[in-house]
Amino acid sequence: MQTKRTVFPNKALPYFLLLPQLAVTGIFFLWPAWQAIWFSFLREDAFGFKSTFVWLENYARLFNSASYINSISITFTFAFAVAFLSMAVALLFAVNVNSMIRSRNAYTTLLVWPYAVAPAVAGILWWFLFNPSIGILPYLLSMAEIRWNHRTSQADAMTLVVIAASWKQISYNFLFFLAGLQAIPNSLIEAAAIDGAGPFKRFRTIVFPLLSPTTFFLLVVNVVYAMFDTFGIIHATTEGGPAGGTNIMVYKVYADGVIGLNLGSSSAQSVVLMCVVIFLTVIQFRYIERRVQY
Amino acid sequence: MATVELKDVKKTYAGGVEAVKGVSIDIPDGQMCVLVGPSGCGKSTLLRMVAGLETITAGDVLIDNNVVNRLGPAERDIAMVFQNYALYPHMKVYDNMAYGLRNRGMPRPEIDQRVREAAATLGLAELLERKPRELSGGQRQRVAMGRAIVRSPKAFLFDEPLSNLDAKLRGQMRIEIKAIQRRFGVTSIYVTHDQVEAMTLADILVVMNAGLAEQIGTPLSIYERPATTFVAGFIGSPSMNLMKAVAQGAKGLQLADGGSVVKPRDTELPQGGREVLLGVRPEHFTLVKDGKNADLELSVTAVETLGADTLAHGRPSGSNGSGGEIIARLPGASRIDEGDVLPLAIDPGLAHLFDAASGQRI
Repeated sequence: MQTKRTVFPNKALPYFLLLPQLAVTGIFFLWPAWQAIWFSFLREDAFGFKSTFVWLENYARLFNSASYINSISITFTFAFAVAFLSMAVALLFAVNVNSMIRSRNAYTTLLVWPYAVAPAVAGILWWFLFNPSIGILPYLLSMAEIRWNHRTSQADAMTLVVIAASWKQISYNFLFFLAGLQAIPNSLIEAAAIDGAGPFKRFRTIVFPLLSPTTFFLLVVNVVYAMFDTFGIIHATTEGGPAGGTNIMVYKVYADGVIGLNLGSSSAQSVVLMCVVIFLTVIQFRYIERRVQY
Repeated sequence: MATVELKDVKKTYAGGVEAVKGVSIDIPDGQMCVLVGPSGCGKSTLLRMVAGLETITAGDVLIDNNVVNRLGPAERDIAMVFQNYALYPHMKVYDNMAYGLRNRGMPRPEIDQRVREAAATLGLAELLERKPRELSGGQRQRVAMGRAIVRSPKAFLFDEPLSNLDAKLRGQMRIEIKAIQRRFGVTSIYVTHDQVEAMTLADILVVMNAGLAEQIGTPLSIYERPATTFVAGFIGSPSMNLMKAVAQGAKGLQLADGGSVVKPRDTELPQGGREVLLGVRPEHFTLVKDGKNADLELSVTAVETLGADTLAHGRPSGSNGSGGEIIARLPGASRIDEGDVLPLAIDPGLAHLFDAASGQRI
C-alpha cells in the first residue's frame, strides 16, 4: 500500500503522538493478556491468601477435564451452525433483494436493522419467543406435537442460541453478499443465459463461484463472531446450560473465573482462546487480504 | 444459419422513454448487418431485443422466419459477443467455450472436438488451460468469439466488441472478425459507434439516430447517397461539409453567409428560392490552378498535415463566417499555409443537396 510519508523534524514528536494509542493498547490489551498468561501458571488457595506457581498443571487439568472437551466440541458445533445458518439465510435474502429494482434500498435498510440490536437484547427477545411457559413459539410447536423446553433439552437450548446468534448476524452477511452480487457484471449473467443456463444453474456455476471470496471472508468473520461475540446472547438465554449444553468456551471462561473464582483454570482457558484468535487472524490476513481468488 | 428479420420493432421503457421507435431490417442468410449510430440512438437496445435480453414492446423479431418475441435468450439459438467479453473469470478458456455446449447436454467427446477445432481456428490451442485474467485483450476477444463459434448458432450478435482494444489491435481484430464471419457464413448483427468498423464490416449498414433507422443500405450506397444530413454528417471522416445556401435557379446556389454563388457540375439544381444545404465531402474538393474553374474559394484558417493528406480548414472567401467551417482534404504534396485563398472545384456529380428544413436529400 502506498501511503504518504511525513518527515518529523523532531525525533521525539512522533513517539509522543503515538503515546495515547500505545497507552490504550498497553493498558487494555497487553497488560490483561500478560496477567492472564501469568495467572494461568498459578493456583490460588480457596481463600485467596496465597498462590503457588504450578507450571502447566492448569493446562494439563483442562485438557483432561471432560467438561472442557465438551465445551470445545460445543463451541465448534455452535460456531459452524451459526456461520452456516446466518450465511445461508443472508445469501437467500441478498439474491432476492438483488433482483429487485425499485424496492431494493427499502429492503436493504429493513434487513440491516437487527444488526443494531444489542446482543443481550436479542437474547432476551428470543428467550421470550421461545420461553417454554409464556413463549409463542413453544405454544405453536406444541400444536405440532413438538415439546419445546430449552431448560431441559440440550438440543433445544443449542437451537435457541444458534437462532438468536444467527439472527443478528444475518444483517451483516446480507450486506456483504449484496455488495458481492452487485460486483458481478450483469453481462456475465446474460452470457450464461444465452449459453443456455437456467436461473439455478447460473447461480450454481457462475454466481456462487464468483462470490467465493466474499463467502470465505464471511465464514471466518462469522466463526470469530460466534466464538467470541455471543457471550451476551448466551448469558441472557441459557447461561451455558442445561448441564453445559451451550457452555461455549468464552462462556466457560466467565463461568469458571467470575462465578467459580477458579482464576488459574479460567486464565488458562483465556490463553487457549487467545491462541484461537491468533490462528483465525492469521488465516484472515493470509487468505483474505489477498482477495479475489479465481 | 438463418435469416433475421425485424418488423417495426419498438422498445418503450417503464419510465416512458422510447429507446427504439420502430425499426425494420431484413438480414439475408449469412450477411453481416452493422448498426451504427451515436450513443443513445437505440442500437444496443435493438441488439439486446434480438438476443432476448430485453422484452419487445411492439413489433416482431423473426429468426429463420419464426417469431421469437416470446422465447428466452437460450431458446433463440444465438450467440453474443459482449463489449467487455463477459468471459467467466473462474473458468479456464476450455470451460468458457464448453459451458454453452454442456448446458445443452452435448456428449463429452463432441464438446471436446468442437472446442479444440474452434480453438485451432482462432489460434487458442495453446491457451485452453489458462484463465481469462492470464490472457491479453486480443486473446480474450478471441475466446469470446470462440465461445460463440462452438455453438454453431443461427446468428452472431456483437455488441461493440472491439471498443476495449487499442487502435492497432482493433484494426487487426476487425479483419479477423470479418474473416471468421465469412468462413462460417453466419448471419450477424454488429453494433458499433465506430464508422470505420461500420464501413468495413457491413454487408448491410443501418445508420441509427434517436431510435430510428435513418438509412439502410450497403456501406458504399450510404456513403455515396446519404439520405439525410444526419447520415451525411455521421458517415465519412472528416464529416461532410454542409453549407447553407439558397437556390438561384440556373445561376446556382447563393451561399447563405454572404459567400459566393456556387454551381456544382452534373448536379440537378432545385427551383429558385428554396433553402437548401449543400453537402460536399472534404475529399471531393479539388485544388484547381485557375480561379476560373473554381466553384469556391477557401480562405484557409488552419492546416492539418497528415502526410498522405493535408486537411485545409477555412471558410468561403467573402463569407462572414456564420456558415461554419469547411474542410477540404487535399493531396499530401500540396503546400498550403494559413491565410492562403484556395480555388477549389467540387468534383462533378459529387455534390449533395438536402432540404434545409427537413434535412432530407433532394
